Amino acid sequence: MSEPLVSVEDVKVHFPIKRGVVLDRTIGYVYAVDGVSLTIQRGETYGLVGESGCGKSTLGRGMLRLVEPTGGRVVFDGTDLSALRGENLRRMRRRMQMVFQDPLSSLDPRQSVESILVEGMRAHELDKGREETGKQLRELLSAVGLPSTALRKYPHEFSGGQRQRIGIARALAVKPDLIIADEPVSALDVSVQAQVVNLLEDLQEQFGLTYLVIAHDLAVVRHISDRVGVMYLGGLVEEAGSDELYAEPLHPYTKALLSAVPVPDPLVEDRRERILLTGDLPSPAAPPTGCRFHTRCPWRQAERCDTERPVLREILGGHRVACHFAEEIRDGKIRPHEVEPVLVHPDEVLIAPDAG
Amino acid sequence: MALLEVRDLTVQFRRRGEEPFTAVDGVSFDVDPGQTIGLVGESGCGKSVTSLAIMGLLPRKGNQVTGSVRFEDTELLSLSQSQMRDRRGRDLGMVFQDPLSSLNPVVSIGLQVTEVLERHRGMARKAAMVEATELLDKVGIPDPGRRLSEYPHQLSGGMRQRALIAMALACRPRLLIADEPTTALDVTIQAQILALLKELVTDTGTALIMITHDLGVVAGLCDEVNVLYGGRVVERAARHELFAEPRHPYTHGLLASIPRLDAPRGEKLVPIKGSVADNIPWDGACAFAPRCPNALDTCTQVTPEQESLANRLLRCHNPVEVTA
Repeated sequence: MSEPLVSVEDVKVHFPIKRGVVLDRTIGYVYAVDGVSLTIQRGETYGLVGESGCGKSTLGRGMLRLVEPTGGRVVFDGTDLSALRGENLRRMRRRMQMVFQDPLSSLDPRQSVESILVEGMRAHELDKGREETGKQLRELLSAVGLPSTALRKYPHEFSGGQRQRIGIARALAVKPDLIIADEPVSALDVSVQAQVVNLLEDLQEQFGLTYLVIAHDLAVVRHISDRVGVMYLGGLVEEAGSDELYAEPLHPYTKALLSAVPVPDPLVEDRRERILLTGDLPSPAAPPTGCRFHTRCPWRQAERCDTERPVLREILGGHRVACHFAEEIRDGKIRPHEVEPVLVHPDEVLIAPDAG
Repeated sequence: MALLEVRDLTVQFRRRGEEPFTAVDGVSFDVDPGQTIGLVGESGCGKSVTSLAIMGLLPRKGNQVTGSVRFEDTELLSLSQSQMRDRRGRDLGMVFQDPLSSLNPVVSIGLQVTEVLERHRGMARKAAMVEATELLDKVGIPDPGRRLSEYPHQLSGGMRQRALIAMALACRPRLLIADEPTTALDVTIQAQILALLKELVTDTGTALIMITHDLGVVAGLCDEVNVLYGGRVVERAARHELFAEPRHPYTHGLLASIPRLDAPRGEKLVPIKGSVADNIPWDGACAFAPRCPNALDTCTQVTPEQESLANRLLRCHNPVEVTA
């Protein structure tokens, strides 16, 4: 496994903020994804976690060019996606499919399940005659655990969990290599979440799929992923194998994030030490200078953290961290201190220098 | 004596031309002063409707609320609308899930907080403003003086939730109902809000009813937990007992189906089969029977009664055996 399936190199997605009715001036940018590099190996599950607004969904969409990245490149199986146009891009998209969060709004209410599934197959010339397609559809449905009678039904006739199964079947219909699942279980009831998580795992084994799972629920991501990347304000702050990351988080943000997740066990909850972050996530339109996390970091050190943006560097085998002081914090040489909460205005914009 | 006694609370939604739908079906529980009670369940289990019924916030038209809700010596269900309005905000506070839609978007935060103080505590505008500043400060809003003149859209989600909590606590209610107060928030903000609620409850001795679907939240916060399914309490126990030995197959199933951060990886989750849509009515059966791994023949023939065991209440014909 030398050649990764996907390699993301310094991808940036900046959305312009426009003002004015006539002139349509760009007054700033939302730095949704600001220089992310990562690789996904064939057959693995890469989990991307972070809080709302950290850019994890935008990164996923940028990888498929559902939003156009403003910088960097994405290489999929040896092909640079940013160089593809028109028909070539469309053909390539067959191999990268997406499963969305809300199964009801991502399925056309006026299309039957059969038509939803066949549409993609037809577009990619996988529809080979009535019989053959019918057989494929039945196999597809049984793979995602739906009865073949479902073909004639419409999305509203299913429960949330079943709808998500249809969404997964739609992605599988075109025989993709990579599935990007954006919050695949967060809209579902707790008891149903486990069904979908297990289904994703079974399908991976059965079809040899590669997953990018984007989610805010750290417990779900840990369960399903081989490797996990943690995002904060448009950047990757830490990346490690799932077990290593949870056993020894090195970035202060990861530490805080993990300690904030409630565990359904009173014995654990009573003993736990929480790292409570003060304040809110700064606006991605006006990201802090230096380390993006320095405004909330309990381990922040004077000068360097405020001015120099840390790059992601490998500390142990396969464990990458973007923190100047990761080793010192790990070895207990720097103690955490109080942090004054900084006011955050949700609509704050960093006035852009004249776009040149 | 309990601060709040809910007895046999039943809420039916009636629509013309349709069978009445029973959202809450004979729910009973007590809340003692200073106690934190959890109501846990999935969507449609009746947990939110229970809280709305206690607060008298269900529209009177089209709904039938029966049973009894006693707050100290007053029967809340028999109060008139205006008497109830007096109680709400003063004795009973409520925090909702979505802070943006429960704040008025065109009224400044200051006016919304002082409104409560003027209405229930009869304070003058100036004194109310001073008090409001203190309240915002207490719930951890930085620079509270400036915040007062701002509008809800100018605050972040976490700050809005803090402002709502400040409003709910403005008249030092003896009972606070929090309906999924952290569901719309990110985990790090959730941790802040939960820590705040815990601190306020300890400091002021306010009783808290915590409504949530998240068993993790319950594990850290509630003294006693009620698990709801299909509008009824299926299991109730103190939190340590409940999590150590879930006896109802539903509680047991819920705990087995959520991945845990601290458990070893690589084990398959054990989901509960089917979904809430598979419920059957409680008449002559157990609503959970179609999804229950422990179901017996009796489960679809006889409604299980609420029984009290050594350390819990249980509504099940065939509970999960204690392992240890």
